[in-house]
Amino acid sequence: MQKEQFILGVIVSNHFGVLTRVSGLFSRRGYNIDSLNVSETENPEYSRMTIIARGDDYVKNQIVKQLRKLHDVKKVEFMDPDRTVLREHLLIKLRVTPATRPEITEAVNVFRGKVVDFNADSMIIEITGEPSKLSAFIEFAKQNDMIIEMCRAGALAVNRGLQNL
Amino acid sequence: MKMNGAQIIVETLIELGCDRVFGYPGGAVLNIYDELYKSSDRIRHVISAHEQGAAHAADGYARASGKVGVVIATSGPGATNLVTGIATAYLDSSPLVAITGNVALPLLGKDSFQEVDIMGVTMPITKHNYIVKDVRDLAGIIREAFTIARSGRPGPVLIDIPKDIQIAGCEYTPGGPIQKFSTPKPDEDEIDRAVELIEKSKKPYIYCGGGVVASGAGGEVKKLAELTDAVVGFSMMGLSAVSSDYEYCLGMAGMHGRYASTKAKSEADLIIGVGVRFSDRATGNKTRYTQNARFIHIDIDAAEIDKNIPANIGLVGDVGEILKGINAKLSPARRPEWRAEVAKMIEEEISFYPTGKEMHPKAIIEKVQRYTNEDTVIATDVGQHQMWVAQYYRFRKPRTLLTSGGLGTMGFGLGAAIGGCFASGGAKTVLFTGDGSFGMNLTELATAVSNNLPIVIIIMNNGVLGMVRQWQKLFYGQRYSNSTLNRKTDFVKLAEAFGAGGARAWTAAELDRALEAAFAADRPFVIDCRIDTDENVLPMIPAGGSIDDIIVK
Repeated sequence: MQKEQFILGVIVSNHFGVLTRVSGLFSRRGYNIDSLNVSETENPEYSRMTIIARGDDYVKNQIVKQLRKLHDVKKVEFMDPDRTVLREHLLIKLRVTPATRPEITEAVNVFRGKVVDFNADSMIIEITGEPSKLSAFIEFAKQNDMIIEMCRAGALAVNRGLQNL
Repeated sequence: MKMNGAQIIVETLIELGCDRVFGYPGGAVLNIYDELYKSSDRIRHVISAHEQGAAHAADGYARASGKVGVVIATSGPGATNLVTGIATAYLDSSPLVAITGNVALPLLGKDSFQEVDIMGVTMPITKHNYIVKDVRDLAGIIREAFTIARSGRPGPVLIDIPKDIQIAGCEYTPGGPIQKFSTPKPDEDEIDRAVELIEKSKKPYIYCGGGVVASGAGGEVKKLAELTDAVVGFSMMGLSAVSSDYEYCLGMAGMHGRYASTKAKSEADLIIGVGVRFSDRATGNKTRYTQNARFIHIDIDAAEIDKNIPANIGLVGDVGEILKGINAKLSPARRPEWRAEVAKMIEEEISFYPTGKEMHPKAIIEKVQRYTNEDTVIATDVGQHQMWVAQYYRFRKPRTLLTSGGLGTMGFGLGAAIGGCFASGGAKTVLFTGDGSFGMNLTELATAVSNNLPIVIIIMNNGVLGMVRQWQKLFYGQRYSNSTLNRKTDFVKLAEAFGAGGARAWTAAELDRALEAAFAADRPFVIDCRIDTDENVLPMIPAGGSIDDIIVK
């Protein structure tokens, strides 16, 4: 069976403990989370989660049904990747020498990133984009053994057009 | 009306129709107990010997009455002692509301005396839980907790109430009785598809779970059986949903199910699962289990559909309402060949029955049955005796069996029997237990005695942990690791020490005399029944096996 990646948009009550309920459900039932992002919505009563998870059709269906049973979960929907704007954010600190600087600067430009901190020995680069784009940049930096540290935020997803969760 | 938190708790419980609570006082719930004292004419409290016993009693009360069971415990160890009881209720979908005290808000998170994060601890074993941080939310949370416990698939809810919230004052406005969330309904065309599948079936089998008891759908199950000649089997939690004496009933199916019921289920070409979750104990090897049959799965919990077995048709909603919809559309049809095939299975089953031993568990259960009536609540503990009761006791009315099915909690029985006895207005109640299970929570005998509860306790005493021994015998080369108890407990003296009656029954004649005395007594009565150490529960399908692996002798 195929272990496909999928995107879930989830509206939950904006209470303490909700994140624990949701993440606890995933670990308890053995579902894999690739990323999870949560923040308050325009209505302070609710938060919105974007969960990227992985599994076959059985796991996909169970995740949605089990999430719907949580009292604090108000809405759960699969988001169609073709009709969704998906964005992730990366902050990555690279080791820099005069010899590597031009190559890094070029890569930052190609990836439409931004240099947000600049030193003689290091640079922090900020990139926003689809998760695959971020992964590609990380691969580039890894191959050249430049990474000092990095931090990647969970993906955010919003439907295109008028449709909403 | 201005009230403090503790008053609001008691008033809200009363407003929701709760007139009996179980629990154990302590530092963090002193204010609640003070209000219970003042309101003792409107709401009565039963103190247990241990919080676990109180939790099982509240659960037993809920199972026997269909009402929400309420248990109260103090913070820290009081709260953690509830955990097994809450998990037991969760696995068997029993509507329980647990109220715990906690340290005052400023002390939370500081490892204060008797502080534990019980909300964190119970998150995976409750439908929902709360910690109240503002007294103005208190009444609403208690009302919502009752609603959640009762709605849809019932289950436990915990409310943690810090001590300063119990003291703080606010305005209280009385509310009404428990509200329930609305229930989903399947589309008419899904019902039509189910009807079509049933009408095409040659060998239909209705498989009832606890959902049939919860929904009160036994009547609709019988109607469906009569319309189609379908036979009726049960998971352990489904027992009592329809009378065991009903002609279409084959009894429990599964690992230790009755032969004909398990066999018919494996031969059926259509299994109509009603309020049942197809647990591993019920299905065994899933590939073999689903080989012959198509499945219609009816449940109020959408997540059960396709969870353990893939359903051809899944219908989500109140099982009684859905069956009613199906029954209204079905044209009656006779299936004499299927009935004849099943009749042969029953004949075969009878030929496997144990004979000869006067103190065989089956004989003991049948003897006890002569003293009970259709309303008698039967509680069990967990292990061999539980399986024998599930196989051989004939339940006539719903909610007369209190047993820990999903979690398999040894020590559940006595607390549950206490709750069941209160729910039946102090009527004669029977607990079947084993010497192992009884040993776990026998301290609740004190509670039964203090409350003059006429509970007849039948200990099937084999001196060993019988079910563990059975597995060790069959699958672990007869290495009886730590399952031989080698205790010298005199259960008759023990009963007397607690202020209960007691008698030894090592022979059938002694059992007759003991039962006579026990059912005449107006207090708890313990009968120490000696049974054979090497009696196996049969039939048995080894874990992960199928009907092809069934052991009958």
